[in-house]
Amino acid sequence: MEKDNKNSVSGSSQENNKRNIGRREVLKTLATVPVLGAIAYGVVKTRKIKLLNRDISDVFKLSNANAVYLQPQAGGKQIRIGLIGFGIRGKQLMRAIGFAEPSYIDTLIEAKKKNPDDTRYDEFKEQDDLNVVINGVSDIFNVYSEAAMLTGSNIYREGSNGKFGPAPKQYRTYQELLAADDIDAVIIAAPDHWHGTIAMAAARAGKHVYSEKPLTWTVPETYMLRNTIKETGVVFQLGHQGRQTASYQKAAEIIKNDLLGHINLIEVCTNRNSPNGAWVYPIIEGSNPQTIDWKQFEGDATRIKEYEEYMKSSKLDRYMGPDERSKFSLERFFRWRCWWDYSTGLSGDLLTHEFDAVNQIMQVGIPASASSSGGVYFFKDGRTVPDVLQTVFEWPDKNLSMLYSATLASSRNRGKVFMGHDASMEVSDVLTITADRDSERYAKKIQEGIIPTDAPFFTYVPGQSKVDAVTSATERYFAQRGLLYTYINGKRYDTTHLHMREWLECIRQGKTNSCNIDQAFQEAMTAHMGTRAYLEGRTMYWDKDKEEIVRG
Amino acid sequence: MENKLTNGQLSWLVVLRIFIGWHFLYEGMIKVLNPNWSAMTYLIDSKGWFEQMFVNMAGNAGLMNWVDLLNEWALVLIGLGLLVGCFTRLSCIGGMLLLLLYTMSHPALLGIEYKMPFEGSYFLIDKNLIELAGLGVLFVFPTARIIGIDRFLIKVLPSGFNKFVI
Repeated sequence: MEKDNKNSVSGSSQENNKRNIGRREVLKTLATVPVLGAIAYGVVKTRKIKLLNRDISDVFKLSNANAVYLQPQAGGKQIRIGLIGFGIRGKQLMRAIGFAEPSYIDTLIEAKKKNPDDTRYDEFKEQDDLNVVINGVSDIFNVYSEAAMLTGSNIYREGSNGKFGPAPKQYRTYQELLAADDIDAVIIAAPDHWHGTIAMAAARAGKHVYSEKPLTWTVPETYMLRNTIKETGVVFQLGHQGRQTASYQKAAEIIKNDLLGHINLIEVCTNRNSPNGAWVYPIIEGSNPQTIDWKQFEGDATRIKEYEEYMKSSKLDRYMGPDERSKFSLERFFRWRCWWDYSTGLSGDLLTHEFDAVNQIMQVGIPASASSSGGVYFFKDGRTVPDVLQTVFEWPDKNLSMLYSATLASSRNRGKVFMGHDASMEVSDVLTITADRDSERYAKKIQEGIIPTDAPFFTYVPGQSKVDAVTSATERYFAQRGLLYTYINGKRYDTTHLHMREWLECIRQGKTNSCNIDQAFQEAMTAHMGTRAYLEGRTMYWDKDKEEIVRG
Repeated sequence: MENKLTNGQLSWLVVLRIFIGWHFLYEGMIKVLNPNWSAMTYLIDSKGWFEQMFVNMAGNAGLMNWVDLLNEWALVLIGLGLLVGCFTRLSCIGGMLLLLLYTMSHPALLGIEYKMPFEGSYFLIDKNLIELAGLGVLFVFPTARIIGIDRFLIKVLPSGFNKFVI
């Protein structure tokens, strides 16, 4: 019987038992369905293990909130801008508010033609319109001044063959620009030794100010500028665009929620390794004593006096010059960052970004002390500012130390690391937290094998909402390699654009901006302490009550 | 068809169907049950001829919601179809299409490095393509008409379904 029934599906043996056929039919039809049970078991079990192994919400409390930005209001008034300084940074700032040199657009179009994957041109065309008009420009180098005028008229964001709008007025000096009554706000992208002077004059003329960092070149002007901004009530924004980095907002929340334990050491660095990174900028064609207003470049007489007084009284003459200030020099004009006569060195140029980030995240304020060391160890090109620098800041009241280090001749990066008793956090565009193997807070989870100590257990990627679980291997992989971009509502943004947008919106809406004069004052004094510690070779202290830098 | 296949041939073809179905279903279920899962990271890491297309896709948040939903449920339905032998040929076609898309996004070319590397060593032919070939075999040997729900469906559905669905 069994033998006869084999291969019954062919239907050839009509005489077979009908009930048997029916049973076999059903069996063959549903034969593989029980496998579903096994899969279901696997799925449920996996899910359980995953949840169990990844849930850390009891020891790691963090909101799902994404970074918040001041949103532009519809129907805001157009702001009339004056630009002072159209060098490397001036050009970048203009692009960030929607105005690019036609020749720059040409290179983007050309790049796109060569490589369709190069989307910089489309991104620039699509960058939000900030509702501003450039009414005046000023640069003491004719070539830059002409270029700034053309750029300000490039309202359609086109290349050399495109249409242009009305050209902004070209001013010979910043004073003349500030006297114009068709300008509401100014962008200052002049060299360091001019920042404070121009900012004060602008505020007194009733113009709102966006100034490049650092805030000031000398210590005395720092107090004056703060007073001037407060008295005039203009909206002042210092150019630390890091303020708009989404992950810094999350970092602040993490520290506020005490998820790292007591933070006792912060390590930051800015290491670069190229002539450009070391301020050896190209000498631009067409530059000569006729096209450069050297007298203006020298600086403001009061500022120079403050600088010389400090340097001479502290016996730091060897750091001045070596050229006479009045001697025309293309090197000094284009590479001014290499000489203390105009520069604030690594402290003013790069340390300030790092300090401002830490100050934004932790509100550390001006440190109690600063010690520095370093030297000119690689670029023996006659510069007086060091190319390698270490500065250590102390906040004894917060039981906190911060180590800044920089070299201009190696690009190895250490990241921005906040080291706490329970975990350390590395912050860049993304943010990762690694538990400390001797942590108390996470001890149980570490013991249970839920939180690893050899790799980050938490990763924040802007735009991603999940926070209650241990980072998966995939997320970690991508975050570590910085593959994920910063998106706000699905659109990629440049932080400088956001920083300038915030400034403009605060002017329109009468709100307080993030890198305002109080924050800027802290930035400047911290940098000056680091600089003086280097120059004088001894620790500098901050007298909180007198608000003064004092020697030990 | 059963008469043309030996028991050994039929058994191994069904085993192949169950294995591929199992793999699709499990991959799909894990994604469906993880609310944070998204193909974005995978797509951003695309390389080869279609890199820009996939990267652009990843940058479009609205589109990604649909891509994720479609991918998750396609995996589940294809897996189910293969496992229980229901609309098996259609499942084979769907599965091959998905695998082709994965291959287009991550071709195993020489000199290309992915952020999330393959776990083995491949040149042109990777596991996706082998699975794709397996589905091709299953398409031309519709075993579910013997062992599977298609055995029942073939009797009740019009013969037009036989070509690409059952």
